[in-house]
Amino acid sequence: MSESFIPRLGHTVWQTIPRLGAATLLLFSGLFAVTHRHFSFSQWLRQTYGLGVLSLLLMIVAALFTGMVLAFQGYYALVRFGATSALGTLVALSLLRELGPVLTALLFAGRAGSALTAEIGSMKATEQLSAMEMMAVNPIAWVLAPRLWGGIVAVPILCVIFDLIGIYGGYLVAVPVLGVNGGTFWAQMQSSISFQGDILNGLFKALCFGLVVTWIAVWQGFSARPTAEGVGEATTRSVVMASLAVLGLDFILTALLF
Amino acid sequence: MANSDLIHITNLHFARGEHAVLSGIDLRVAPGSVVAIMGASGGGKTTLLNLIAGTLRPLQGEILVHGRNLATLSSAELYDLRRRMGMLFQHSALFTDLTAFENVAFPLRRHFRLPEDLLRKIVLLKLEAVGLRGAADLFPAELSGGMSRRVALARAVVMDPLLILYDEPFTGLDPISVGIIASLIRRLNDALGASSIVVSHDVQETFSIADYGYILAGGKIIAEGTPEMLRADPSPLAQQFLRGEPEGPVPFHYPARGSFAASLGVPS
Amino acid sequence: MSQRSVDWWVGIFVLLGIAALTVLALRVGNLSGFRYENGYILHATFNNVGSLKVRSPVKLGGVSIGEVTKIQLDPKTFLADVTMRIDPKIKLPVDTGASIYTEGLLGEQFIAIQPGGMPQDLQPGATITLTQGAVNIDQMIGQMVFNKASGTGPSVSTTS
Repeated sequence: MSESFIPRLGHTVWQTIPRLGAATLLLFSGLFAVTHRHFSFSQWLRQTYGLGVLSLLLMIVAALFTGMVLAFQGYYALVRFGATSALGTLVALSLLRELGPVLTALLFAGRAGSALTAEIGSMKATEQLSAMEMMAVNPIAWVLAPRLWGGIVAVPILCVIFDLIGIYGGYLVAVPVLGVNGGTFWAQMQSSISFQGDILNGLFKALCFGLVVTWIAVWQGFSARPTAEGVGEATTRSVVMASLAVLGLDFILTALLF
Repeated sequence: MANSDLIHITNLHFARGEHAVLSGIDLRVAPGSVVAIMGASGGGKTTLLNLIAGTLRPLQGEILVHGRNLATLSSAELYDLRRRMGMLFQHSALFTDLTAFENVAFPLRRHFRLPEDLLRKIVLLKLEAVGLRGAADLFPAELSGGMSRRVALARAVVMDPLLILYDEPFTGLDPISVGIIASLIRRLNDALGASSIVVSHDVQETFSIADYGYILAGGKIIAEGTPEMLRADPSPLAQQFLRGEPEGPVPFHYPARGSFAASLGVPS
Repeated sequence: MSQRSVDWWVGIFVLLGIAALTVLALRVGNLSGFRYENGYILHATFNNVGSLKVRSPVKLGGVSIGEVTKIQLDPKTFLADVTMRIDPKIKLPVDTGASIYTEGLLGEQFIAIQPGGMPQDLQPGATITLTQGAVNIDQMIGQMVFNKASGTGPSVSTTS
């Protein structure tokens, strides 16, 4: 078994390269399909609704709890140094730079990305995509592009809302519960958060994550084996790959941006 | 004669990896006719349909549709050509998020900007032709198998195609629905002045509506002719298929190594 | 879901996003810092600015009256030159002093202004020279330990 490991690894790599190529081509044809005559603005709105608006409640609840936990956790670390006045900064900075974009993207992958993969995969399994092609309607323009752009638009918006709700969640715990001075909480935050360096860079991260998560979801859907098990497998793979990609990409982006 | 054929296929080869799916197919479809392609499961029938529709590219040989070689067409030209084709899929392939009406209207909405009342007339006309005008507002999940197949048929012909392709139109339907679909295939073909290709392994129903038939086995055409000619075909392979016999040139046993006794460990 | 209500919801969604970004910018980020935009400029020279940063607050009696906009080193005198923007409503006498203090033991550093008593006011662009730089805690502790060892008592003298 051990001597067959290297050839097997080589085989896997050899298979991965053309698949990466195909996925990249799919991404670009999807991105540029907005100019195609079968691209529909109302389909894009529908997808933005399905991916964004319908994820909103989940994001708000998750953000509230994240902010509250951050405030508790941060308080007990800071109180030892008598530096609880920095709690606002700690909550805001953690959310804006890391937790906001990353958690938004992970939740999005779990809720919207998996649904996208399952939807496209079952469209493929029931020959709906082939039927579309036979009716001379381009599935890239009609199915893929509105979903891809829907995800790219929805994730940064969800992330801004996540950031804000999270900071207010932190405030709710810090000021009334832990007794941190409200004025200090905001003032310290304001003096150390930079709009461009922290807020906009965080949103840029969210934009990248939105692209990658949606890309992986639609790609897995399009390349799913056209059977019920195939769609199930693709859905699982979509969530796992998207989550790992978000965490890996986060490392790279943090190193580059901050 | 050759140039007036709607479809003219010469010496077509196709393979998936090492495995040859089709080898040396010659096939012609005359305008206005219903042509049946029959054969056992896995015999390459659906592959042949996909090659005619241009969703697969042949390894060798040429496919002329309407006198145009598919291999030389750009993808835009191929899309244009497909607007003159309709296809009925094995699983109906209706869009599950649209009503029967919107499913039939889908190709029209994508390709033309028709006034809503004209579009409504065309769609209801086609639904009426398959007897399902009353089901216009139902979603695919609310339709029976036979009804979805008929809605899909209405969708396949809504653009008044010159060529209609049927992939296993009778599979999984009750006998009444099979009869309805068979008569619809013939009637729509004649009413539209189109040609049809029916891929099926259902011998009786297919012969009842086909003008000409091909029997495909092992990636080759083993017999062709009118239904009467095929029934009288001397080839044992064709006879085994048409009569549905378990033993014949296609063996019952999948090839196995050694004797049955040996694989049970019985000393010979 | 009709197309019309989809339009509405997506519109609301986008507006929510813009609103959240605006609140973040004003309440959390430094865009609200532009409140000193029409303030006047003052300079102050220090021998040591410690960890003072651009955007650090300038306070008088604990109340913010401005912020630091620039910190650079004067190549001739080797002193740090700090540029501040001060609220135009606050006029400071010419003998005003400035010190760099730390909020708490480990908090952020800020400039504390000690107003003088002269009748003339500092003009925009003027430099405060009565300054006390940042306290170096390392040095302080070192001195304390040294003083103790040499028996002169625990008195702490600040370096300035």
